[in-house]
Amino acid sequence: MVKVMVYPPTSMILSDLVERTGHEALVVSKEVRKKVNTPSLESPPLNITPEDPKKGLKYAAVDVPSGVRGRMALLGPMIEEADAAIIILNDRCTLGCTGCARTNELTRFLLRTKRIPILELEYPADEPGARRFVHEIREFLEGLS
Amino acid sequence: MKVTKYVITGQDSDVLPSDIALKIYELGREINIKETCFGVIIDGEEEDIKATVEEIRAMDQSNIFIKDRGFPPGDPRRCRGHRGGGARPGFYMMQYESELLPLISRGLASEARGEEAPPEAASRKRPGSEELEEMIEEEFS
Repeated sequence: MVKVMVYPPTSMILSDLVERTGHEALVVSKEVRKKVNTPSLESPPLNITPEDPKKGLKYAAVDVPSGVRGRMALLGPMIEEADAAIIILNDRCTLGCTGCARTNELTRFLLRTKRIPILELEYPADEPGARRFVHEIREFLEGLS
Repeated sequence: MKVTKYVITGQDSDVLPSDIALKIYELGREINIKETCFGVIIDGEEEDIKATVEEIRAMDQSNIFIKDRGFPPGDPRRCRGHRGGGARPGFYMMQYESELLPLISRGLASEARGEEAPPEAASRKRPGSEELEEMIEEEFS
């Protein structure tokens, strides 16, 4: 089983396709779960403590907006854990917590420079495209094991 | 550790969210279920959820999609009933991807039948300067 990071990190389609092939999808909701399900909350409503932006400092400098560092505190450990990655290029659907363009740029950059197997593709617009999309992802994931 | 997952049915699926909920009740595991318009949210211990996910997927292999969720169902920090309405932050991403699900379902069904993926149509490239010269000579000579 290989840990595959998906980008956008909340993608339902990618995480489902990864888990269908028996691999583990690294998605941001699993990181959020650790923050919200811990028995004692140090900093309600979420368990985001002053330590978290410090974790983000490893990936983004102190003069970078705190939102980028906060997001990288969740995404950075996932990138380090990843053995492979699938990146969607036409990511017009990122919004809200995944809508920070600078964080997304940094995430894609760190994945590309990590020297792990990466599959870059676009969301399909028609049926032949969707068949190619599913086929390419399946071939990529089967090649990992 | 408790795990929460979304189970989302594709638009081409004959399986209703209530069918999925009934199936989970039949399994008799300690799982909380919340029916929604797009599928169900399930919450329970990791091992129970893992086994249940396999059985739910078997109901309609290519039309049922499963995704992790950070917050438990009905959590007051996310539930719009507690926050005074409005879509929760992850809704728009799911809405966008839900529109693609029929295409992905057909792709999965075609993979399951072992059909080859159609080749990508050759992209139309711009003619080079030499080709342009030839075209002009042919047209105006």
